[in-house]
Amino acid sequence: MIHALTDPFVHFAFMRRALVGCFALSLSAPPVGVFLVLRRLSLMGDAMSHAILPGVAIGFLVAGLSVLAMSLGGFVAGIAVVLLAGVVTRSTMLREDASLAAFYLISLALGVLIVSVKGSSIDLLHVLFGTVLALDDAALILIAAVATFTMLTLAIIYRPLVLECFDPNFLSSVSQLSTPTHFLFLVLVVLNLVGGFQALGTLMVVGIMLLPAITARFWAQDISNMIVVAVGAAFAASLIGLLVSYYANLPSGPAIILTAGAGYLASTLIGVQGGLLWQLMPRRHLEA
Amino acid sequence: MNETKLSAISFHDLTLGYDRHPAVHHISGEVLRGDLLALVGPNGAGKSTLLKGIVGQLKPLSGSLSLDGLKSSDIAYLPQQIEIDRSFPITVFDAVAMGLWHDIGAWHGLNHERSLAVEEALYTLGLQDLGDRGVGALSGGQFQRVLFARLLLQNAAIILLDEPFRAIDTKTVEDLLHLIRRWHAEGRTIIAALHDLDQVRAHFPKTLLLAREMIVWGPTKQVLTAKHLAEARQLTEAWDEQAQVCERGETTSERISA
Repeated sequence: MIHALTDPFVHFAFMRRALVGCFALSLSAPPVGVFLVLRRLSLMGDAMSHAILPGVAIGFLVAGLSVLAMSLGGFVAGIAVVLLAGVVTRSTMLREDASLAAFYLISLALGVLIVSVKGSSIDLLHVLFGTVLALDDAALILIAAVATFTMLTLAIIYRPLVLECFDPNFLSSVSQLSTPTHFLFLVLVVLNLVGGFQALGTLMVVGIMLLPAITARFWAQDISNMIVVAVGAAFAASLIGLLVSYYANLPSGPAIILTAGAGYLASTLIGVQGGLLWQLMPRRHLEA
Repeated sequence: MNETKLSAISFHDLTLGYDRHPAVHHISGEVLRGDLLALVGPNGAGKSTLLKGIVGQLKPLSGSLSLDGLKSSDIAYLPQQIEIDRSFPITVFDAVAMGLWHDIGAWHGLNHERSLAVEEALYTLGLQDLGDRGVGALSGGQFQRVLFARLLLQNAAIILLDEPFRAIDTKTVEDLLHLIRRWHAEGRTIIAALHDLDQVRAHFPKTLLLAREMIVWGPTKQVLTAKHLAEARQLTEAWDEQAQVCERGETTSERISA
């Protein structure tokens, strides 16, 4: 039994690389996702994953399938959208979700345009769906660097970020850190999307960011515990998803995300914080 | 004796508002250090706006406002609750501990001494058994106690309270008023936007009656008269799209000297 779990990784280097890449991603993306969920910006991850497309496409057109070029392009496009949306939000009456929606749609249309004029639809599929089983050294280093930077930055901005989510008015009444914290956090979102697109694709990296984070809400009552649970769930989804894709001969990116999705669905039923089954079970109420 | 007291906040022909429409119109006057001042007026009178102006969240449309010898970090501000995410997974202890921000900032840890200070604040507000609870599990009154515990830790010279007793039961209100009196006795400056006139008469020595314009400002007994209140009620909640540019220079409001 244990051999069935370890053999694919012992025998095949590409499986080991995939596992390492997914684990690194699992350390950084889910904590970012936890904050996105708590700020009710869950759908922003999705929007941003579209927003980086034109940058990735331009990088691809300039330098071919170069991780560095595509990542740099994606990063620049993502930051541009975040900054423009942020500037519009803070200087007009539009709310953040509305201005982000506007800019990501523009960005996405631009991306599709560039890809379809200059590339083929196969290229687009590659960008959108990733190739977790073909991670080269450059991609692994990029993912590891993103994960390291994310964890360090989160550690530094943790307290103001928690306050910014819980009580933004209070944060701005006691310090000037509100705006820099918010933008640094958005940079982390973009970085993780860019870091993950090579492995899982721009669309599905959002899955590894958000599904474990949403799952964690069913298991933990405190934000630091939520982060731990989310990272654990992402690790489990990576490992199980890769094994499923290996034995059932399925594409690995969707297998990982579907495993995370299964974890989420199970948690809605059995999670200790408001899982549905617990609510259905007739338990006598307490004295006080 | 008030003549010898230092001023804490002064308004100089201050107009605050949104999108050029004034919500607080041509206010002048001084809040003295150690004042316990009630802000009274109908909905839309500009009470919250004035408080936002004092903390610096709103820039004056005209006129000015100065903190005399105090920094903005000397102000603790309790806004109306609405903008706090009460479903956020944070414990009561952690939420209250944020009141130590000026002490610990973004990076310092809670040492033993500071943890004790948090425990003490919890105890003062009767929250000692709820420290490990999530804030989502609290009742409205308990949550207001949490916010007051945080204010207590902020240890600020000026405390601004925006309708702090909305939808709170009498027992909790009594406890919170007790804390406010303690702050007053400690010489802090307190400004609270309130609706309950009996409460104001009983606990607040001074009142500023506001109806976009300043109606009166002075000792509570002389401010809360039938005549003044009727005047305040006549406030039209005027957001006139065609409003003319205001040409007024000096304020015409009345101020009763204390």
